[in-house]
Amino acid sequence: MENILTICYLIGSVTFIIGLKMLSHPAKARKGNLVAAAGMSIAILGTIFLYEDKEEGKKLGNYIWIFSGLIIGTVVGTLIAKKVKMTAMPQMVSLFNGMGGACAALISVIEFQHLSQHTLEHGGAVHHGLLISIFLGAIIGSISFAGSMIAWGKLNGNIKDYAYGGQQITNVGLMVVILGIAAYLLFTLTPENAFWFYIIFGVSLLYGVLFVMPIGGADMPVVISLLNSFTGVAAACGGFLYDNKVMLTGGILVGAAGTLLTILMCNAMNRSLKNVLLGSFGGGTKQGEGSKEQGSYKEISLSDAATIMAYSTKVMIVPGYGLAVAQAQHTCHELEKLLEEKGVEVKYAIHPVAGRMPGHMNVLLAEADVSYDKLLEMEEANEEFKNTDVVLILGANDVVNPAAKNDPSSPIYGMPILEVEQAKTVIVNKRSMKPGYAGIENDLFFQPKTSMLFGDAKATLQKLVAEIKNV
Amino acid sequence: MEKILNLITEHQQILYIVILMIFLGIEVIGKVPSVLHTPLMSGANAIHGVVIIGAIIVMGKAESDNYMALILGFLAVILGTLNVVGGFVVTDRMLEMFKKKTKG
Repeated sequence: MENILTICYLIGSVTFIIGLKMLSHPAKARKGNLVAAAGMSIAILGTIFLYEDKEEGKKLGNYIWIFSGLIIGTVVGTLIAKKVKMTAMPQMVSLFNGMGGACAALISVIEFQHLSQHTLEHGGAVHHGLLISIFLGAIIGSISFAGSMIAWGKLNGNIKDYAYGGQQITNVGLMVVILGIAAYLLFTLTPENAFWFYIIFGVSLLYGVLFVMPIGGADMPVVISLLNSFTGVAAACGGFLYDNKVMLTGGILVGAAGTLLTILMCNAMNRSLKNVLLGSFGGGTKQGEGSKEQGSYKEISLSDAATIMAYSTKVMIVPGYGLAVAQAQHTCHELEKLLEEKGVEVKYAIHPVAGRMPGHMNVLLAEADVSYDKLLEMEEANEEFKNTDVVLILGANDVVNPAAKNDPSSPIYGMPILEVEQAKTVIVNKRSMKPGYAGIENDLFFQPKTSMLFGDAKATLQKLVAEIKNV
Repeated sequence: MEKILNLITEHQQILYIVILMIFLGIEVIGKVPSVLHTPLMSGANAIHGVVIIGAIIVMGKAESDNYMALILGFLAVILGTLNVVGGFVVTDRMLEMFKKKTKG
Protein backbone atom coordinates (compact mmCIF):
# COMPACT_ATOMS: atom_id res chain seq x y z
CA MET A 1 0.00 0.00 0.00
CA GLU A 2 2.74 2.38 1.05
CA ASN A 3 4.45 1.73 -2.29
CA ILE A 4 1.40 2.68 -4.31
CA LEU A 5 1.08 5.86 -2.27
CA THR A 6 4.68 6.71 -3.10
CA ILE A 7 3.82 6.35 -6.80
CA CYS A 8 0.76 8.56 -6.32
CA TYR A 9 2.91 11.26 -4.73
CA LEU A 10 5.51 10.92 -7.46
CA ILE A 11 2.83 11.40 -10.11
CA GLY A 12 1.51 14.37 -8.15
CA SER A 13 4.90 16.08 -7.99
CA VAL A 14 5.60 15.53 -11.68
CA THR A 15 2.18 16.84 -12.76
CA PHE A 16 2.73 19.99 -10.70
CA ILE A 17 5.99 20.67 -12.50
CA ILE A 18 4.55 19.88 -15.94
CA GLY A 19 1.37 21.80 -15.15
CA LEU A 20 3.28 24.90 -14.11
CA LYS A 21 5.47 24.64 -17.20
CA MET A 22 2.42 24.40 -19.47
CA LEU A 23 0.71 27.24 -17.64
CA SER A 24 3.38 29.59 -18.88
CA HIS A 25 2.62 28.89 -22.57
CA PRO A 26 -0.55 30.50 -23.93
CA ALA A 27 -1.55 27.57 -26.13
CA LYS A 28 -1.05 24.87 -23.51
CA ALA A 29 -2.05 26.77 -20.40
CA ARG A 30 -5.52 25.34 -19.96
CA LYS A 31 -4.36 21.78 -20.36
CA GLY A 32 -1.56 22.45 -17.88
CA ASN A 33 -4.08 23.51 -15.28
CA LEU A 34 -6.03 20.30 -15.81
CA VAL A 35 -2.87 18.19 -15.63
CA ALA A 36 -1.99 19.73 -12.26
CA ALA A 37 -5.58 19.27 -11.06
CA ALA A 38 -5.52 15.60 -12.04
CA GLY A 39 -2.23 15.07 -10.22
CA MET A 40 -3.67 16.80 -7.17
CA SER A 41 -6.72 14.50 -7.18
CA ILE A 42 -4.49 11.41 -7.37
CA ALA A 43 -2.37 12.65 -4.46
CA ILE A 44 -5.45 13.48 -2.34
CA LEU A 45 -7.27 10.20 -3.00
CA GLY A 46 -4.05 8.26 -2.44
CA THR A 47 -3.59 9.94 0.93
CA ILE A 48 -7.14 9.20 2.05
CA PHE A 49 -7.10 5.51 1.17
CA LEU A 50 -3.46 4.44 1.32
CA TYR A 51 -1.77 6.52 4.00
CA GLU A 52 -0.32 4.59 6.92
CA ASP A 53 1.26 6.02 10.02
CA LYS A 54 5.01 5.33 9.96
CA GLU A 55 5.38 4.35 13.62
CA GLU A 56 2.15 2.57 14.36
CA GLY A 57 1.22 1.41 10.87
CA LYS A 58 -2.30 2.66 11.48
CA LYS A 59 -4.50 3.77 8.60
CA LEU A 60 -6.37 7.04 8.72
CA GLY A 61 -9.70 7.21 10.51
CA ASN A 62 -12.48 9.78 10.77
CA TYR A 63 -13.53 9.24 7.16
CA ILE A 64 -16.89 10.89 7.77
CA TRP A 65 -15.19 14.09 8.88
CA ILE A 66 -12.71 13.98 6.01
CA PHE A 67 -15.30 13.40 3.34
CA SER A 68 -17.79 15.93 4.66
CA GLY A 69 -14.97 18.48 4.76
CA LEU A 70 -13.97 17.64 1.21
CA ILE A 71 -17.55 17.80 -0.04
CA ILE A 72 -18.34 21.09 1.67
CA GLY A 73 -15.10 22.61 0.37
CA THR A 74 -15.68 21.33 -3.16
CA VAL A 75 -19.28 22.51 -3.40
CA VAL A 76 -18.62 25.94 -1.90
CA GLY A 77 -15.36 26.38 -3.82
CA THR A 78 -16.92 25.46 -7.16
CA LEU A 79 -19.93 27.69 -6.59
CA ILE A 80 -17.86 30.73 -5.63
CA ALA A 81 -15.38 30.16 -8.43
CA LYS A 82 -18.09 29.70 -11.07
CA LYS A 83 -20.20 32.63 -9.96
CA VAL A 84 -17.52 35.25 -9.54
CA LYS A 85 -17.43 37.95 -12.19
CA MET A 86 -14.33 38.16 -14.36
CA THR A 87 -13.58 41.58 -12.87
CA ALA A 88 -13.44 40.11 -9.38
CA MET A 89 -10.88 37.43 -10.26
CA PRO A 90 -7.97 39.05 -8.40
CA GLN A 91 -9.96 39.09 -5.14
CA MET A 92 -10.89 35.49 -5.71
CA VAL A 93 -7.30 34.37 -6.07
CA SER A 94 -6.46 36.26 -2.90
CA LEU A 95 -9.36 34.67 -1.01
CA PHE A 96 -8.39 31.12 -2.02
CA ASN A 97 -4.78 31.86 -1.20
CA GLY A 98 -5.85 32.96 2.27
CA MET A 99 -7.73 29.69 2.72
CA GLY A 100 -4.57 27.74 1.92
CA GLY A 101 -2.56 29.84 4.37
CA ALA A 102 -5.15 29.30 7.11
CA CYS A 103 -5.12 25.58 6.38
CA ALA A 104 -1.33 25.44 6.82
CA ALA A 105 -1.55 27.44 10.05
CA LEU A 106 -4.28 25.20 11.50
CA ILE A 107 -2.24 22.09 10.74
CA SER A 108 0.65 23.61 12.65
CA VAL A 109 -1.59 24.42 15.62
CA ILE A 110 -2.92 20.86 15.82
CA GLU A 111 0.50 19.32 15.41
CA PHE A 112 1.89 21.62 18.07
CA GLN A 113 -0.77 20.51 20.54
CA HIS A 114 -0.02 16.94 19.64
CA LEU A 115 3.70 17.43 20.09
CA SER A 116 3.48 19.41 23.34
CA GLN A 117 1.06 16.93 24.91
CA HIS A 118 2.54 13.64 23.88
CA THR A 119 6.26 14.21 23.59
CA LEU A 120 6.61 16.42 26.64
CA GLU A 121 4.34 14.48 28.96
CA HIS A 122 5.98 11.23 28.09
CA GLY A 123 9.37 12.78 28.60
CA GLY A 124 10.73 12.35 25.08
CA ALA A 125 13.18 14.83 23.63
CA VAL A 126 11.73 17.52 21.39
CA HIS A 127 12.61 17.08 17.73
CA HIS A 128 13.97 20.47 16.74
CA GLY A 129 13.44 19.94 13.02
CA LEU A 130 9.75 19.25 13.53
CA LEU A 131 9.37 22.16 15.90
CA ILE A 132 10.98 24.55 13.41
CA SER A 133 8.67 23.46 10.63
CA ILE A 134 5.64 23.75 12.93
CA PHE A 135 6.67 27.29 13.87
CA LEU A 136 7.38 28.29 10.28
CA GLY A 137 4.10 26.79 9.08
CA ALA A 138 2.18 28.69 11.74
CA ILE A 139 3.99 31.99 11.20
CA ILE A 140 3.99 32.02 7.40
CA GLY A 141 0.53 30.50 7.13
CA SER A 142 -1.06 33.09 9.40
CA ILE A 143 0.76 36.00 7.77
CA SER A 144 -0.45 34.74 4.40
CA PHE A 145 -3.99 34.28 5.67
CA ALA A 146 -4.30 37.67 7.35
CA GLY A 147 -2.55 39.45 4.48
CA SER A 148 -4.72 37.79 1.84
CA MET A 149 -7.89 38.70 3.68
CA ILE A 150 -6.83 42.34 3.83
CA ALA A 151 -5.88 42.25 0.13
CA TRP A 152 -9.25 40.70 -0.63
CA GLY A 153 -11.05 43.40 1.34
CA LYS A 154 -9.05 46.12 -0.37
CA LEU A 155 -9.80 44.86 -3.86
CA ASN A 156 -13.45 44.52 -2.93
CA GLY A 157 -13.39 48.12 -1.77
CA ASN A 158 -14.29 47.23 1.84
CA ILE A 159 -10.96 48.27 3.29
CA LYS A 160 -9.26 51.56 2.57
CA ASP A 161 -5.52 52.10 2.38
CA TYR A 162 -4.26 52.99 5.80
CA ALA A 163 -0.78 54.30 6.33
CA TYR A 164 0.71 55.64 9.52
CA GLY A 165 4.07 56.93 10.59
CA GLY A 166 6.64 54.39 11.72
CA GLN A 167 4.83 51.49 10.15
CA GLN A 168 8.08 49.95 8.95
CA ILE A 169 9.57 50.08 12.43
CA THR A 170 6.42 48.51 13.86
CA ASN A 171 6.57 45.72 11.29
CA VAL A 172 10.23 45.02 11.90
CA GLY A 173 9.54 45.08 15.65
CA LEU A 174 6.70 42.57 15.30
CA MET A 175 8.88 40.29 13.21
CA VAL A 176 11.61 40.42 15.87
CA VAL A 177 9.02 39.55 18.54
CA ILE A 178 7.73 36.59 16.49
CA LEU A 179 11.19 35.19 15.78
CA GLY A 180 12.34 35.87 19.33
CA ILE A 181 9.50 33.91 20.91
CA ALA A 182 9.95 31.13 18.36
CA ALA A 183 13.67 30.83 19.13
CA TYR A 184 12.99 30.93 22.87
CA LEU A 185 10.40 28.15 22.61
CA LEU A 186 12.60 26.09 20.35
CA PHE A 187 15.14 25.56 23.13
CA THR A 188 13.05 25.73 26.29
CA LEU A 189 9.72 24.18 25.37
CA THR A 190 7.89 22.78 28.41
CA PRO A 191 4.17 22.17 28.92
CA GLU A 192 4.11 25.34 31.05
CA ASN A 193 5.34 27.77 28.45
CA ALA A 194 3.60 26.14 25.48
CA PHE A 195 0.99 28.91 25.45
CA TRP A 196 3.63 31.23 23.99
CA PHE A 197 3.04 29.41 20.74
CA TYR A 198 -0.43 30.94 20.50
CA ILE A 199 1.08 34.35 21.03
CA ILE A 200 3.33 33.72 18.01
CA PHE A 201 0.20 32.78 16.14
CA GLY A 202 -1.63 35.96 17.14
CA VAL A 203 1.29 38.30 16.46
CA SER A 204 1.77 36.70 13.04
CA LEU A 205 -1.85 37.42 12.17
CA LEU A 206 -1.36 41.02 13.29
CA TYR A 207 1.81 41.23 11.21
CA GLY A 208 -0.07 40.00 8.13
CA VAL A 209 -2.67 42.74 8.59
CA LEU A 210 -0.15 45.52 9.17
CA PHE A 211 2.05 44.31 6.33
CA VAL A 212 -0.65 44.67 3.66
CA MET A 213 -2.63 47.57 5.17
CA PRO A 214 -0.51 50.48 3.90
CA ILE A 215 0.13 49.07 0.41
CA GLY A 216 -1.86 50.82 -2.30
CA GLY A 217 -4.63 49.11 -4.21
CA ALA A 218 -2.71 49.24 -7.49
CA ASP A 219 0.02 47.11 -6.02
CA MET A 220 -2.33 44.45 -4.69
CA PRO A 221 -1.59 41.98 -7.53
CA VAL A 222 2.07 42.02 -6.59
CA VAL A 223 1.23 41.54 -2.93
CA ILE A 224 -1.15 38.68 -3.69
CA SER A 225 1.53 37.02 -5.79
CA LEU A 226 3.98 37.40 -2.92
CA LEU A 227 1.53 36.01 -0.37
CA ASN A 228 0.88 33.20 -2.83
CA SER A 229 4.52 32.19 -2.65
CA PHE A 230 4.37 32.51 1.16
CA THR A 231 1.56 29.99 1.27
CA GLY A 232 3.66 27.74 -0.94
CA VAL A 233 6.44 27.82 1.65
CA ALA A 234 3.92 27.20 4.45
CA ALA A 235 2.67 24.13 2.56
CA ALA A 236 6.27 22.95 2.18
CA CYS A 237 6.67 23.19 5.98
CA GLY A 238 3.80 20.72 6.22
CA GLY A 239 5.70 18.50 3.80
CA PHE A 240 8.70 18.56 6.13
CA LEU A 241 6.48 17.82 9.12
CA TYR A 242 5.02 14.67 7.61
CA ASP A 243 8.04 13.80 5.51
CA ASN A 244 5.64 14.11 2.60
CA LYS A 245 7.41 14.70 -0.71
CA VAL A 246 4.44 15.88 -2.74
CA MET A 247 3.65 18.65 -0.25
CA LEU A 248 7.30 19.56 -0.13
CA THR A 249 7.81 19.70 -3.90
CA GLY A 250 4.48 21.40 -4.59
CA GLY A 251 5.02 23.97 -1.87
CA ILE A 252 8.60 24.86 -2.73
CA LEU A 253 7.79 24.92 -6.44
CA VAL A 254 5.05 27.48 -5.86
CA GLY A 255 7.22 29.34 -3.39
CA ALA A 256 10.01 29.75 -5.95
CA ALA A 257 7.80 30.32 -9.00
CA GLY A 258 5.60 32.72 -7.02
CA THR A 259 8.59 34.78 -5.94
CA LEU A 260 9.87 35.01 -9.51
CA LEU A 261 6.37 35.86 -10.76
CA THR A 262 6.19 38.63 -8.16
CA ILE A 263 9.42 40.08 -9.48
CA LEU A 264 8.25 39.72 -13.11
CA MET A 265 5.04 41.58 -12.25
CA CYS A 266 7.04 44.36 -10.65
CA ASN A 267 9.21 44.56 -13.77
CA ALA A 268 6.13 44.84 -15.98
CA MET A 269 5.19 47.91 -13.95
CA ASN A 270 8.79 49.05 -13.81
CA ARG A 271 8.78 49.11 -10.05
CA SER A 272 11.05 47.37 -7.63
CA LEU A 273 9.65 44.97 -5.07
CA LYS A 274 11.12 47.05 -2.28
CA ASN A 275 9.32 50.06 -3.64
CA VAL A 276 6.02 48.22 -3.65
CA LEU A 277 6.41 46.81 -0.15
CA LEU A 278 7.55 50.02 1.44
CA GLY A 279 4.69 51.74 -0.33
CA SER A 280 5.96 54.76 -2.17
CA PHE A 281 2.62 54.89 -4.02
CA GLY A 282 0.15 54.06 -1.34
CA GLY A 283 2.15 55.56 1.46
CA GLY A 284 1.03 59.03 0.53
CA THR A 285 4.38 60.48 -0.50
CA LYS A 286 2.95 62.75 -3.14
CA GLN A 287 5.69 65.13 -4.04
CA GLY A 288 4.14 68.53 -4.02
CA GLU A 289 1.99 68.21 -7.08
CA GLY A 290 -0.82 69.75 -5.08
CA SER A 291 0.86 73.09 -5.55
CA LYS A 292 1.31 72.64 -9.29
CA GLU A 293 -1.49 74.50 -10.99
CA GLN A 294 -3.01 72.49 -13.78
CA GLY A 295 -4.49 74.07 -16.88
CA SER A 296 -8.10 73.64 -17.80
CA TYR A 297 -9.54 70.64 -19.51
CA LYS A 298 -12.34 70.59 -22.06
CA GLU A 299 -15.36 68.37 -22.15
CA ILE A 300 -16.88 66.86 -25.25
CA SER A 301 -20.54 66.09 -25.77
CA LEU A 302 -21.70 62.56 -26.55
CA SER A 303 -22.93 63.49 -30.01
CA ASP A 304 -19.63 65.19 -30.89
CA ALA A 305 -17.68 62.17 -29.69
CA ALA A 306 -19.97 59.89 -31.69
CA THR A 307 -19.52 61.97 -34.83
CA ILE A 308 -15.74 62.14 -34.57
CA MET A 309 -15.47 58.40 -34.09
CA ALA A 310 -17.95 57.45 -36.79
CA TYR A 311 -16.12 59.55 -39.40
CA SER A 312 -12.58 58.52 -38.53
CA THR A 313 -10.70 55.74 -40.28
CA LYS A 314 -8.94 54.29 -37.29
CA VAL A 315 -9.97 54.16 -33.65
CA MET A 316 -7.85 52.77 -30.87
CA ILE A 317 -9.55 51.83 -27.61
CA VAL A 318 -7.47 51.91 -24.43
CA PRO A 319 -9.29 49.94 -21.75
CA GLY A 320 -8.41 50.38 -18.09
CA TYR A 321 -9.63 49.69 -14.64
CA GLY A 322 -12.72 51.88 -15.11
CA LEU A 323 -13.93 49.54 -17.84
CA ALA A 324 -13.49 46.56 -15.55
CA VAL A 325 -15.35 48.15 -12.63
CA ALA A 326 -18.26 49.17 -14.83
CA GLN A 327 -18.39 45.69 -16.43
CA ALA A 328 -18.44 47.53 -19.75
CA GLN A 329 -16.53 44.97 -21.83
CA HIS A 330 -19.65 43.76 -23.67
CA THR A 331 -20.85 47.28 -24.48
CA CYS A 332 -17.33 48.05 -25.60
CA HIS A 333 -17.42 45.12 -28.00
CA GLU A 334 -20.80 46.39 -29.27
CA LEU A 335 -19.26 49.79 -29.97
CA GLU A 336 -16.39 48.10 -31.79
CA LYS A 337 -18.75 46.10 -34.04
CA LEU A 338 -20.86 49.16 -34.80
CA LEU A 339 -17.84 51.20 -35.79
CA GLU A 340 -16.50 48.37 -37.94
CA GLU A 341 -19.85 48.27 -39.77
CA LYS A 342 -19.34 51.93 -40.57
CA GLY A 343 -15.94 51.12 -42.05
CA VAL A 344 -13.84 52.31 -39.11
CA GLU A 345 -10.85 50.21 -38.17
CA VAL A 346 -10.98 49.45 -34.44
CA LYS A 347 -8.12 48.09 -32.35
CA TYR A 348 -7.48 47.76 -28.63
CA ALA A 349 -4.25 48.90 -27.05
CA ILE A 350 -3.51 46.76 -24.04
CA HIS A 351 -1.03 47.95 -21.46
CA PRO A 352 0.50 44.97 -19.67
CA VAL A 353 -0.67 46.17 -16.27
CA ALA A 354 -3.93 47.83 -17.28
CA GLY A 355 -6.73 46.95 -14.89
CA ARG A 356 -5.96 45.35 -11.62
CA MET A 357 -3.62 42.57 -12.62
CA PRO A 358 -1.30 41.89 -15.51
CA GLY A 359 -3.33 40.30 -18.29
CA HIS A 360 -6.59 41.44 -16.69
CA MET A 361 -7.78 43.30 -19.79
CA ASN A 362 -7.05 40.40 -22.13
CA VAL A 363 -9.18 38.10 -20.01
CA LEU A 364 -11.95 40.64 -19.72
CA LEU A 365 -12.15 41.47 -23.43
CA ALA A 366 -11.90 37.82 -24.36
CA GLU A 367 -14.95 37.25 -22.20
CA ALA A 368 -16.83 39.71 -24.41
CA ASP A 369 -15.71 37.80 -27.54
CA VAL A 370 -13.35 40.50 -28.74
CA SER A 371 -11.16 38.88 -31.36
CA TYR A 372 -7.58 38.12 -30.36
CA ASP A 373 -5.98 39.89 -33.33
CA LYS A 374 -7.64 43.16 -32.34
CA LEU A 375 -5.70 43.29 -29.10
CA LEU A 376 -2.39 45.07 -29.55
CA GLU A 377 0.37 44.78 -27.00
CA MET A 378 1.99 47.95 -25.83
CA GLU A 379 4.93 48.02 -28.29
CA GLU A 380 2.71 47.32 -31.32
CA ALA A 381 0.15 49.86 -30.18
CA ASN A 382 2.76 52.57 -29.66
CA GLU A 383 3.82 52.20 -33.28
CA GLU A 384 0.27 52.52 -34.52
CA PHE A 385 -0.83 55.54 -32.49
CA LYS A 386 0.61 58.02 -34.99
CA ASN A 387 -1.70 56.63 -37.69
CA THR A 388 -4.69 56.69 -35.37
CA ASP A 389 -7.43 59.27 -35.64
CA VAL A 390 -9.19 58.79 -32.33
CA VAL A 391 -7.96 57.19 -29.13
CA LEU A 392 -10.81 56.34 -26.77
CA ILE A 393 -9.55 55.87 -23.23
CA LEU A 394 -11.97 53.94 -21.06
CA GLY A 395 -11.14 54.34 -17.42
CA ALA A 396 -7.38 54.08 -17.82
CA ASN A 397 -5.19 56.71 -16.24
CA ASP A 398 -1.68 55.95 -15.01
CA VAL A 399 -0.85 53.75 -18.01
CA VAL A 400 -1.30 56.73 -20.35
CA ASN A 401 0.24 59.36 -18.11
CA PRO A 402 3.03 61.14 -20.03
CA ALA A 403 4.68 62.02 -16.71
CA ALA A 404 6.11 58.49 -16.75
CA LYS A 405 8.18 59.64 -19.73
CA ASN A 406 8.75 63.33 -19.10
CA ASP A 407 8.81 64.00 -15.39
CA PRO A 408 11.68 62.43 -13.45
CA SER A 409 10.16 63.57 -10.15
CA SER A 410 6.99 61.61 -10.78
CA PRO A 411 6.58 58.42 -8.75
CA ILE A 412 5.70 56.50 -11.92
CA TYR A 413 8.65 57.90 -13.88
CA GLY A 414 10.20 55.18 -16.01
CA MET A 415 7.09 53.04 -16.30
CA PRO A 416 6.48 52.17 -19.96
CA ILE A 417 3.22 53.80 -21.08
CA LEU A 418 0.89 53.84 -24.05
CA GLU A 419 1.91 56.94 -26.00
CA VAL A 420 -1.60 58.01 -26.87
CA GLU A 421 -0.68 61.66 -27.37
CA GLN A 422 0.72 60.74 -30.80
CA ALA A 423 -2.81 60.22 -32.10
CA LYS A 424 -4.81 63.04 -33.67
CA THR A 425 -7.56 63.15 -31.05
CA VAL A 426 -7.83 61.67 -27.60
CA ILE A 427 -11.18 61.15 -25.90
CA VAL A 428 -10.99 60.21 -22.24
CA ASN A 429 -13.89 58.59 -20.48
CA LYS A 430 -13.58 58.82 -16.71
CA ARG A 431 -15.99 59.16 -13.87
CA SER A 432 -14.39 62.33 -12.57
CA MET A 433 -11.13 64.26 -12.63
CA LYS A 434 -9.91 62.26 -9.66
CA PRO A 435 -6.38 60.90 -10.09
CA GLY A 436 -5.80 57.20 -10.68
CA TYR A 437 -4.23 54.66 -8.37
CA ALA A 438 -0.85 56.27 -8.33
CA GLY A 439 -2.55 59.34 -6.92
CA ILE A 440 -0.97 61.74 -9.36
CA GLU A 441 -2.34 64.22 -11.85
CA ASN A 442 -2.30 63.29 -15.50
CA ASP A 443 -1.09 66.01 -17.89
CA LEU A 444 -2.67 64.21 -20.77
CA PHE A 445 -6.11 65.38 -19.69
CA PHE A 446 -5.07 69.01 -20.03
CA GLN A 447 -3.55 68.78 -23.47
CA PRO A 448 -5.33 70.60 -26.31
CA LYS A 449 -6.02 67.45 -28.34
CA THR A 450 -7.62 65.74 -25.35
CA SER A 451 -11.30 66.03 -24.51
CA MET A 452 -13.07 64.54 -21.53
CA LEU A 453 -16.24 62.49 -21.60
CA PHE A 454 -17.34 62.10 -17.99
CA GLY A 455 -19.48 59.26 -16.75
CA ASP A 456 -19.59 55.61 -15.86
CA ALA A 457 -17.88 53.59 -18.62
CA LYS A 458 -20.83 51.33 -19.30
CA ALA A 459 -23.51 54.02 -19.29
CA THR A 460 -21.37 56.30 -21.44
CA LEU A 461 -20.61 53.55 -23.94
CA GLN A 462 -24.30 52.67 -24.20
CA LYS A 463 -25.17 56.27 -24.95
CA LEU A 464 -22.28 56.48 -27.37
CA VAL A 465 -23.50 53.39 -29.21
CA ALA A 466 -26.98 54.90 -29.47
CA GLU A 467 -25.53 58.17 -30.77
CA ILE A 468 -23.36 56.46 -33.37
CA LYS A 469 -26.36 54.55 -34.66
CA ASN A 470 -27.96 57.92 -35.41
CA VAL A 471 -24.96 59.41 -37.16
CA MET B 1 26.62 23.96 16.29
CA GLU B 2 26.88 20.21 16.20
CA LYS B 3 23.11 20.03 16.65
CA ILE B 4 22.62 22.11 13.52
CA LEU B 5 25.05 20.02 11.51
CA ASN B 6 23.31 16.86 12.67
CA LEU B 7 19.98 18.32 11.68
CA ILE B 8 21.31 19.07 8.21
CA THR B 9 22.76 15.61 7.74
CA GLU B 10 19.61 13.99 9.02
CA HIS B 11 17.46 15.86 6.53
CA GLN B 12 19.87 16.12 3.64
CA GLN B 13 17.46 14.42 1.24
CA ILE B 14 14.80 17.02 1.94
CA LEU B 15 17.32 19.84 1.64
CA TYR B 16 18.35 18.55 -1.77
CA ILE B 17 14.72 18.48 -2.87
CA VAL B 18 14.18 22.02 -1.60
CA ILE B 19 17.20 23.42 -3.41
CA LEU B 20 16.45 21.66 -6.69
CA MET B 21 12.79 22.69 -6.54
CA ILE B 22 13.74 26.33 -6.03
CA PHE B 23 15.77 26.30 -9.23
CA LEU B 24 13.12 24.30 -11.06
CA GLY B 25 10.34 26.66 -9.99
CA ILE B 26 12.30 29.63 -11.29
CA GLU B 27 13.32 27.88 -14.50
CA VAL B 28 9.87 26.55 -15.31
CA ILE B 29 8.07 29.90 -15.45
CA GLY B 30 11.04 31.99 -16.54
CA LYS B 31 9.67 32.99 -19.94
CA VAL B 32 6.02 33.55 -19.17
CA PRO B 33 4.39 36.34 -21.23
CA SER B 34 2.76 39.07 -19.15
CA VAL B 35 -0.68 38.14 -20.48
CA LEU B 36 -0.44 34.89 -18.54
CA HIS B 37 0.70 36.39 -15.23
CA THR B 38 -2.74 36.31 -13.69
CA PRO B 39 -3.70 32.75 -14.73
CA LEU B 40 -0.26 31.49 -13.78
CA MET B 41 -0.55 33.04 -10.35
CA SER B 42 -3.96 31.52 -9.96
CA GLY B 43 -2.70 28.11 -11.09
CA ALA B 44 0.23 28.24 -8.68
CA ASN B 45 -2.27 29.26 -6.01
CA ALA B 46 -4.21 26.05 -6.67
CA ILE B 47 -1.05 23.94 -6.56
CA HIS B 48 -0.04 25.08 -3.09
CA GLY B 49 -3.45 23.82 -2.05
CA VAL B 50 -1.53 20.54 -1.77
CA VAL B 51 -1.40 21.54 1.90
CA ILE B 52 -4.81 19.79 2.02
CA ILE B 53 -2.90 16.51 2.25
CA GLY B 54 -1.50 17.63 5.59
CA ALA B 55 -5.01 18.52 6.71
CA ILE B 56 -6.30 15.08 5.71
CA ILE B 57 -3.49 13.36 7.63
CA VAL B 58 -4.13 15.49 10.73
CA MET B 59 -7.84 14.79 10.51
CA GLY B 60 -7.39 11.07 9.96
CA LYS B 61 -5.00 10.72 12.89
CA ALA B 62 -7.06 12.67 15.41
CA GLU B 63 -8.39 10.59 18.30
CA SER B 64 -12.17 10.55 18.27
CA ASP B 65 -12.35 12.17 21.72
CA ASN B 66 -10.01 15.03 20.91
CA TYR B 67 -12.67 17.52 19.83
CA MET B 68 -10.26 20.42 19.51
CA ALA B 69 -8.18 18.52 16.95
CA LEU B 70 -11.28 17.23 15.18
CA ILE B 71 -12.83 20.67 14.81
CA LEU B 72 -9.62 22.42 13.78
CA GLY B 73 -8.77 19.56 11.42
CA PHE B 74 -12.22 19.63 9.90
CA LEU B 75 -11.88 23.36 9.35
CA ALA B 76 -8.44 22.82 7.80
CA VAL B 77 -9.83 20.22 5.40
CA ILE B 78 -12.61 22.59 4.29
CA LEU B 79 -10.21 25.52 3.83
CA GLY B 80 -7.68 23.38 1.98
CA THR B 81 -10.34 22.00 -0.34
CA LEU B 82 -11.57 25.53 -1.02
CA ASN B 83 -8.03 26.47 -2.00
CA VAL B 84 -7.58 23.49 -4.32
CA VAL B 85 -10.99 23.34 -5.98
CA GLY B 86 -11.60 27.07 -6.12
CA GLY B 87 -8.09 27.66 -7.40
CA PHE B 88 -8.29 25.18 -10.25
CA VAL B 89 -11.82 26.19 -11.27
CA VAL B 90 -10.98 29.91 -11.33
CA THR B 91 -7.84 29.24 -13.35
CA ASP B 92 -9.79 27.12 -15.79
CA ARG B 93 -12.36 29.86 -16.21
CA MET B 94 -9.68 32.41 -16.97
CA LEU B 95 -7.93 30.14 -19.46
CA GLU B 96 -11.15 29.07 -21.15
CA MET B 97 -11.31 32.58 -22.50
CA PHE B 98 -7.82 32.44 -23.89
CA LYS B 99 -8.73 29.31 -25.80
CA LYS B 100 -11.77 30.91 -27.37
CA LYS B 101 -9.62 33.81 -28.37
CA THR B 102 -6.97 31.85 -30.27
CA LYS B 103 -9.64 29.99 -32.19
CA GLY B 104 -11.06 33.01 -33.53
